[in-house]
Amino acid sequence: MREDRSPILELQGITKSFGGVEALRGVDFALSPGEIHGLVGENGAGKSTLMKIIAGVHTEFSGRFLIDGQQTHFRSARDAHTAGIAMVHQELSVAPDLTVAENVFLGNQPTHRLGLVQWRRMAREAGEQLARFGIDVDPMSRLGDLPIGLQQLIEIARVLFSGARIVILDEPTSALSPPEVERLFATLQRLREEGTAIVFISHFIEDILRVSDTVTVFRNGRKVAETASASTSKGALIEAMIGRGGEALEHSYSDDLMLPRPSDSSVVLKVDQLSLARSLKDISFEARAGEVLGIYGFMGCGQQELSRILFGKLKPDGGTLAVEGKPKTFASTAAARRAGVALVPESRRAMLFHQEPVYKNISISILDRISALLLKPAQERDIAKRQVEQLQIRPPVVGLDLGMLSGGNQQKVALAKWLTYPPKLLVLCEPTRGMDVGAKNDVINIVRDLRAKGLAIIVLSTEPETVLSLADRILVLKRGALVREFTNEPVSKDRLLEAA
Amino acid sequence: MASSETAPAVGQRVRGLAPFLRSQMRNIAPFLTLIFLSGFFALASPSFATLDNLGNILTQVSVTGIIAVGLTFVILCAEIDLSIASIANVTGIAVAYFTLQDSYVNIPNIPLPGAAAILLAILLCALLGLVNALGLTVIGIPSFIMTLAMMQIAAGISALLVRGQIAYKVPGVITTLGSGSIGGIPWIVIVAAIMLLGGHLVLTYTRFGRYVYMVGGNREAAEYSGLNVKLILGAVMVISAVCSGIGGMLGVAHFGSAQQNEFDTYLLDSIAAVVVGGTSLFGGRGGIGNTIVGLFVLGVLNNGLDHVNIDSFLKILIRGLILLAALVINVYAQRLREKAAE
Repeated sequence: MREDRSPILELQGITKSFGGVEALRGVDFALSPGEIHGLVGENGAGKSTLMKIIAGVHTEFSGRFLIDGQQTHFRSARDAHTAGIAMVHQELSVAPDLTVAENVFLGNQPTHRLGLVQWRRMAREAGEQLARFGIDVDPMSRLGDLPIGLQQLIEIARVLFSGARIVILDEPTSALSPPEVERLFATLQRLREEGTAIVFISHFIEDILRVSDTVTVFRNGRKVAETASASTSKGALIEAMIGRGGEALEHSYSDDLMLPRPSDSSVVLKVDQLSLARSLKDISFEARAGEVLGIYGFMGCGQQELSRILFGKLKPDGGTLAVEGKPKTFASTAAARRAGVALVPESRRAMLFHQEPVYKNISISILDRISALLLKPAQERDIAKRQVEQLQIRPPVVGLDLGMLSGGNQQKVALAKWLTYPPKLLVLCEPTRGMDVGAKNDVINIVRDLRAKGLAIIVLSTEPETVLSLADRILVLKRGALVREFTNEPVSKDRLLEAA
Repeated sequence: MASSETAPAVGQRVRGLAPFLRSQMRNIAPFLTLIFLSGFFALASPSFATLDNLGNILTQVSVTGIIAVGLTFVILCAEIDLSIASIANVTGIAVAYFTLQDSYVNIPNIPLPGAAAILLAILLCALLGLVNALGLTVIGIPSFIMTLAMMQIAAGISALLVRGQIAYKVPGVITTLGSGSIGGIPWIVIVAAIMLLGGHLVLTYTRFGRYVYMVGGNREAAEYSGLNVKLILGAVMVISAVCSGIGGMLGVAHFGSAQQNEFDTYLLDSIAAVVVGGTSLFGGRGGIGNTIVGLFVLGVLNNGLDHVNIDSFLKILIRGLILLAALVINVYAQRLREKAAE
């Protein structure tokens, strides 16, 4: 199929705007059968918007849209699906309460003539499909009981094997462990040989370079470069993405990095013998003022549970917490907040109000400080404006509904929410996941500022780069237990991966 | 009457009229329905569009309005309260139970001074609301089921208090507020107006009101913002029960009697008023302004159908169809808004 290079999909002069903001400006894009096409660009550069147009999610735009040379206009995602286009979105879209098999066959379960579901056949076929992908799970187990990485892998497998001619993967690797990434890449290669056209969006430029044939770079809603992967480099792509000298920005962290000597400032949080069912075993550590404590581990190592316990969302089975020497048992997130703990969870959706304006999202955590009974909207807006300026949130309009901001800017709002309420302890889960280089650097700078102000900060991440770029001291969490502490010693990506 | 909470016009960069209208569909559709119905009945019957009749409509929706204030809070939080009518009934009965009845009323009641009777009745409805709140937040029973049980419990208490009899007397101040008037305006309309205004002020201008919208808009995010979500949910259940209780006491005075099953129709009417007005069943959108429009739609519909001499049995069906239409619009408006926000 590789020699047939007539495009399966062709877009010409695509322009799309949201409420006056142009997300795409005259973009051309073509996709051939048996091609893996990598897309890179900063958050809000227009990659996801273009893909949503292709997948029939956005139906209003200007420009020509051709499939197999025929001009087409999708009226819904269903139209796109019928045309053989499938997309895996960045955010998980699975049904956690259904079984693995039901999720694999979502929407087209095999049925008898009477319309009854053929459970056994469905379980068998789902098991076979997943096995082809190297996933070994009981097809009848509840999907929500599996680790997030596995859930994501199952969702990707479902789309890859749906028989689609065009498959779009938006940040498919961000929640996957290295061996899972390898499995995904092997499957993509196989599908390419079968003639499937694949679009691969990722912030991991190494991944893009490894897996794709062609790379397209977006910046500010425009396509700024399209080259063969073989004839470009990470530095060149980063430069095209951000339009300034890029090499220095993305540190590879393959060399040793010297961690500072342990801080002797006051202990803000002391965790002792914390345990939770099967997730956490005898976790003990301290977080100190003016220090960033990194906690690294693979997906499902217990990070999520740990962060939820620190913020009073989960109750531990055993162990104690003490904030500034005072023992605490958080009955609720409200109690944790009052004690000076703040959490930014890994999912923006979980902590932001998409239908409310930016300023209400920012002020929610400090309302009880600025108003006893009556709201003070003017003051709220002022506070929000300061944060928007300081964190360079774009567009800088505090009255705009949050849902209209790009992902990276939403992440900044999630941070801004806690910065106005300076907590004693800030717990950040995956603070830079899914962010482009520029936004990542912004977040790193924000965290360093906060450290300088004397906050105790805990960064939990499954990306070694995130932990290495931020932490003064690093703990490694493995299957719910702390297995290694790095302090006052050299550390690198390799050493971290080895410890985990 | 869209509250400023539901119409964040300032700084909202929606280009063009069409997207704006789409995002405001929730507020516009009920208003158009109201104008359409009023116009229709005004043309169909000369006795409809008169000042006297406006007074009738206002009086007719007053009890529903009082109950709907609390229910608006509950629905804004994406919960439901099915016990409102039963709690209204039991509170009305309780206030009569603690009042000296005429000798021919054969209820073994406990006559107390008026103030004590009112206080006890309010305490009773607040207590029932608290039980709803605890069931919902502490035990974790979905509000739909919890308040369904409470509906039965409140009806049971009513039955035990009146034992199939009818009581007539309530404390003087309740009689006045329920059936008296001042300067030609019925007190009950004034009370309803004050409560609706109070509800609007609380929802729009207080911290608690903001929390209600935030909890309704995204409960998980509210929790991750460190809000005491359970306290807020509990509070709205108590507010709902107390509003129902006040509606029940005034309603008993308005009807002139307290008896079993007197308020049954108010459950559907109150829910209909809130939802027809455009408050989202998914929480976080709408407000008292919407409820007021909803009340008028229901009021005009009920009253207007009387003026055009329609089969009273058909009336029930028509009301059902209007409610269905409103629900369709409610869900559709949510979708349009999400689209506009994309």
